[in-house]
Amino acid sequence: MPPRSTATPVKSPGHVETHGQGGVGDSPVRPDGTLKVAGEFAFASDLWIDGMLWGATLRSPHPRARIVSLDIGPALAVPGVRAVLTHEDVPGSRFYGIDGAGDQPVLAIDQVRHEGEPIALVAADHPETARRALGKIAVGFEVLEPITDARAVIADPENLKVQPLGGITRHQPVRVGDVDAARAHAEVVVSGEYEVGIQDQAFLGPESGLAIPSEDGGLDLHVSTQWMHNDLKQIAPCLGLPEDRIHMTLAGVGGAFGGREDLSMQIHAGMLALHTGRPVKMSYNRYESFFGHVHRHPAMMRYEYGARADGTLVYADVEIVLDGGAYTSSTLNVTGNAASLGVGPYEIPNIRIDAYGVYTNNPPCGAMRGFGAVQACFAYEAMMDKVAAACGLSPLEVRRRNAVSQGSRLATGQVIDSPAPLAEMLTRLEAMPMPPDADTSDLRNLPGGVSQTTHGEGVVRGVGYGVGIKNICFSEGFDDLSTARVRLEVIGGEATALVHTAAAEVGQGLVTLQTQIARTELGVRRVTIAPADTGVGDAGSSSASRQSYMTGGAVKAACEAVRGVLLERAAGRFGRHDLTLVGGKVVSREAGPLATIEEALGDAVIEETREFHHRPTQKMDPVTGQGNSHSQLALCVHRAVVDVDTELGLVKVVEMAAVQDVGKIMNRLSLEGQIHGGSAQGLGLALMEEIVVSGGVVRNPSFTDYLIPTILDMPPMRIDILENPDPAAPYGLRGAGEPPTLSSTPAIVAAIRDATGRALSRVPVRPEHIVA
Amino acid sequence: MRVNVTVNGAKKTVDDVWEGESLLYVLRERMGLPGSKNACEQGECGSCTVYLDGVPVCACLVAAGQAEGREVRTVEGLAPDPDREELDPVQQAFLEAGAVQCGFCTPGLVVQSHDLLERVPEPSDAEIREALAGNLCRCTGYEKILDAVRLAARRKAEAKQ
Repeated sequence: MPPRSTATPVKSPGHVETHGQGGVGDSPVRPDGTLKVAGEFAFASDLWIDGMLWGATLRSPHPRARIVSLDIGPALAVPGVRAVLTHEDVPGSRFYGIDGAGDQPVLAIDQVRHEGEPIALVAADHPETARRALGKIAVGFEVLEPITDARAVIADPENLKVQPLGGITRHQPVRVGDVDAARAHAEVVVSGEYEVGIQDQAFLGPESGLAIPSEDGGLDLHVSTQWMHNDLKQIAPCLGLPEDRIHMTLAGVGGAFGGREDLSMQIHAGMLALHTGRPVKMSYNRYESFFGHVHRHPAMMRYEYGARADGTLVYADVEIVLDGGAYTSSTLNVTGNAASLGVGPYEIPNIRIDAYGVYTNNPPCGAMRGFGAVQACFAYEAMMDKVAAACGLSPLEVRRRNAVSQGSRLATGQVIDSPAPLAEMLTRLEAMPMPPDADTSDLRNLPGGVSQTTHGEGVVRGVGYGVGIKNICFSEGFDDLSTARVRLEVIGGEATALVHTAAAEVGQGLVTLQTQIARTELGVRRVTIAPADTGVGDAGSSSASRQSYMTGGAVKAACEAVRGVLLERAAGRFGRHDLTLVGGKVVSREAGPLATIEEALGDAVIEETREFHHRPTQKMDPVTGQGNSHSQLALCVHRAVVDVDTELGLVKVVEMAAVQDVGKIMNRLSLEGQIHGGSAQGLGLALMEEIVVSGGVVRNPSFTDYLIPTILDMPPMRIDILENPDPAAPYGLRGAGEPPTLSSTPAIVAAIRDATGRALSRVPVRPEHIVA
Repeated sequence: MRVNVTVNGAKKTVDDVWEGESLLYVLRERMGLPGSKNACEQGECGSCTVYLDGVPVCACLVAAGQAEGREVRTVEGLAPDPDREELDPVQQAFLEAGAVQCGFCTPGLVVQSHDLLERVPEPSDAEIREALAGNLCRCTGYEKILDAVRLAARRKAEAKQ
């Protein structure tokens, strides 16, 4: 879709600009924005094609059961039903999995291991027909006692296996120095146990897609996902098709936040389409969505820190238990992150961390914004406040005293080799103005808000701080890459760049950024972003805050290659070798502007494809956890100010302030949106968001009962953005989407502790924790 | 059943509507107007907000039959110019202020904000927050949405002068 043209291109040599309007550093409007505000943007759930059927999924009501009988006959007899499929109908491999574990059944085989596990599929003429047919599938269950205690699994992994791989998914130790020796010398020792509930990505666009049989016996798949090429690697073997017979196109994605890394309806819709020979659409409703994707791992954590009396940390002794549910999903890497970042951005000479990911029959967990770093951050920041209190220091001072900086070692031994100005960030945070006292003339400003539950009595203000560190891009030896194809040609008299990648625009603004990079690198105004599909090489996932770095890097590299070809041709034509492309013109260093880009191009079409890789990383040592496991690291710090109604346990977040170092501001508007949005999700985890589970069964799978922040919950924010470039990264940028999600949660909880004096060792904080 | 409804100024008749279908389903699946969104389909998120006889409602909570003989205005019917060269000031402000990320909440928020500014041309922040409290957004943290509504209010006021 072409972007809105914002200016008339310059046609004649002469005046030279260094940046095209809307280039890197500007904040042009989103190229997809007009369609989105007009209601014309095609999200996956909006897809429609003549003759399509509706697919639906029968899911397990039990967290653990044997399937003793399965009768699809009554469902097949429902008028309008075109297919009912079970695991016996899977054309190829009956298992898949995101990180190669391959342990997840496409459809349950003889047993179910979590509530909501898919058992059978229906395709019908009308979605209501499909839904009713699901009810006619007769499944006989032998219900088993679910395994739901992650710590019990660690204690007895051999006897508490929920599946053949079961038990412990990954145990990642980190060992630095000698914790036991350090404990003997510590002047101050503090400890705590912390819990993080299950958070849901709660993207608004439900899992949806359309599978269309193609003439060659393959499939066209239009789905909302984060990583098409990785989807394809899992889909093709299950459908018994070679990858080149499945063409995937990204349908409009209504948010992702990690929840679309794992497959949802992709293989199922493909099976129904191949079986019926008809296009099949699947679209989950909100209830099903809560079972249709993995969530953030709940965590149970034990921390003990020793410090000198001046607040200098001397040891950390840490256990982190992450419950991954029944299948592997991303648990291996989430556990690695929790281990490597388990004590945060602080220098500690003696460290013992044991991070465990385990299998249970609780809801399956995998990727969510912050990916293993969020859980640990809540605990280590609470610990920093405990150390501060024990040493009589301010929360900011204890953090500054122990803060990493460039040259510091992480717990993994990895040296931070680019700017990490944490102490400066904390000082800047401290310098930000504080919000005024609550204006009690308007009761909407108080805790309870529009419910008007207080006139100010019992309301206490608190201030808290949080610090987070997040790895950017994929870690631990993964060959992380992205691919971009860029074509430059004159269309209608104007040089136009066409940028084609498989990178998923999930809302973050990647399409805008690609446009900006092409404008800056090629000096063109008009840039077209081709629809993302598998007709071009792998772009990797829209995860790990990595797309600005990786696909940004790939687009930059492809543009540079195109520019090189253009200048080579111009060199031949003008007999000069001192040419550059500046502001849309071919410029000789000696002779000045020689030609517009349009003149230099003529009828030529220049197309180049480039792969971009970030620097290699290493796996963590399985015994010591040591290794240069991360490519890039990013910091964010938050201050939260809250008013708490101590009688009712209600919290009003009055203001959040954040300082983040992003290396380079590529697009301020988008960046601020990431910081606001990430902070809001952290606020949700702090105060309200939890998938409540008992006995492996989800109690609140709806937006009525699973609450996410509204515009009344989210306070105004102050933002201070630093630009200390990372020399290894394109434009010096640092991935920015995840760090604010880490630090906002502990800041808010610290503020509530400050107001109430309560220990608050679990998020989300509930009113009963405050008034108990 | 047959449903007759005026949508964005045009009279429409839809046949073979199942009695359980919502207005949202009929708009999206039977009238080719998928702009109103289906994020929760239980009246919690506001992504399906449309005008029904001039009052914003969650289209997912309105049975299709309840719309019989009534007027519906959706996000697709806000722009003064049907070919969308010109957007409604609220839409334009959402675009420019960075209030759009994934965009799934946007149609509902645009309609709800449009209604607010029709009723309260110069809303305070507290009024904006209260008016938009039924519209969930998961991407933006709402700051840019507040910016957008303030910007739209300012522009509409300027246009009247």
